[in-house]
Amino acid sequence: MQYLLLIYRNEAEQAKMDASELQKLTAEYRAFTQSIIQSGNFKAGDALQMTATATTVRVRDGKMLTTDGPFAETREQLGGYYLIEAKDLDEALGIAARIPTAKMGSIEVRPIMVYD
Amino acid sequence: MTPVEIEKIFRDEAGRALSTLIRLVGDFDLAEDALQDAVAVALERWPTTGLPANPRAWLVNVGRNKAIDRVRRSIAFRGKREALTHELLLNASAPCDDDNGMLEDDMLRLIFTCCHPSFAAEVQVALTLRTVCGLTTAEVARGFLVSEDAMAQRLLRAKQKIRLAGIPYEVPDRDALAPRLNGVLAVVYLVFTEGYAATSGEDLMRPDLVREAIRLARLLDALISGRGEIKGLLALMLLHDSRRAGRTTAGGDIVLLEEQDRTLWDRAQISEGLLLVEEALRMPGRPQSYAVQAAIAALHARAPSYEDTDWRQIVGLYEVLLRISPSPVIELNHAAAVAMVDGPARALDLVNALEARGGLKGYELLPAVRADLLRRLGRRDAAREAYLKATAATQLEPLRRYYARRIAEMDRN
Repeated sequence: MQYLLLIYRNEAEQAKMDASELQKLTAEYRAFTQSIIQSGNFKAGDALQMTATATTVRVRDGKMLTTDGPFAETREQLGGYYLIEAKDLDEALGIAARIPTAKMGSIEVRPIMVYD
Repeated sequence: MTPVEIEKIFRDEAGRALSTLIRLVGDFDLAEDALQDAVAVALERWPTTGLPANPRAWLVNVGRNKAIDRVRRSIAFRGKREALTHELLLNASAPCDDDNGMLEDDMLRLIFTCCHPSFAAEVQVALTLRTVCGLTTAEVARGFLVSEDAMAQRLLRAKQKIRLAGIPYEVPDRDALAPRLNGVLAVVYLVFTEGYAATSGEDLMRPDLVREAIRLARLLDALISGRGEIKGLLALMLLHDSRRAGRTTAGGDIVLLEEQDRTLWDRAQISEGLLLVEEALRMPGRPQSYAVQAAIAALHARAPSYEDTDWRQIVGLYEVLLRISPSPVIELNHAAAVAMVDGPARALDLVNALEARGGLKGYELLPAVRADLLRRLGRRDAAREAYLKATAATQLEPLRRYYARRIAEMDRN
């Protein structure tokens, strides 16, 4: 099965990190990504720019409306994702728990819908 | 065979038959539907043919055939999902193994799936009661104070999550077993506590839930050997439940431990509980919370009267509990035991300190314990006020009547 692991964390707190902390986090992410590539679980994954760069689009009555910022204001913001292949939810949860941000933020694990 | 006898067999076997059917057909909903079909056939036939030699195997075999019928019908109607259904037919038509180990594992698989940590605690309890214990949706709904429809929806969503999110139908491996088992035991204990002292309503107890919780713990103890936490929990529940007949009057009023007629206690259940406590405490490793709680219950069970209870040891055991799993509720129980050793004034100090720290905000028994201590100290006005607070805090009718009785007693003297 495929799962999308959505990485949420508090952007403001993350922005306060100093250079050495950031370097450490980057190294942890590199090692984690490498490990799930090697285990064959990795499908895709990216980090996202800050929510300050977001634009939200809606079409109402045929008219496009854009708003500055993310869809919802929340305490933690979406900051990245992994798309993985896992045998079941337990394996997916185990991988999610190893994402470095799981220690300070939250990882939402969502199964990918299959059409048959 | 009478319908009542058949009903009892369904109750005993439904969970196990379902657990094997789920493995064979690979789908929760299909297995449930197929089992219902099999039960319908049994209700028709068993009254005349008599009970089959192995009712569970009979239900599994008939259920498996019914599942195959259902899948064939849906292929004919929809003509899709062929690859999947082929696989299902292959699995399902494999001979039903009589290997007992495999069948026992099925039951564990079902329990661990229902108690999967990706479900909210309430959902774990509801799923377990419905599928493992075989309670009807209406019976489960009653425990949660929701309508049958709402509960049916909740169960449906949970079963969808099992399928769509890929919750595995398996017993966790060695490394994951201990934390997952703790989750399962927490569910069993939740079922028990709701049955032992309901949160609301006319009746103090729901013996059906207590019976299911004890049955589940026995099953777990038989299926997973050598786990002190299971034995401890089973002992705890047996010892608490042994007092059932003494806990209420014929009219449904509460009788507190200090006033209970101890000859009404279930001696056989107490002996079994005492043996299990011993076993649990002898297990290697640090003492487990359930076992220590059971040891406290054991001291009550062995005591000839309330006054002649080993309160000093009970206080000591609460202190052990506070070290292994500290909680404000245990602190409150500790304070109540201290009242019996060092007097109500010392206990009231502890309760006041606990309240000041704010750890028990909203806990409905806090004003009740306070009220009791104040009454014993002869501080009538403060006690009355606390009993009124306790009355407002509970939704359980027998408790409200008990507080009213205490107030009336004080006003008389």
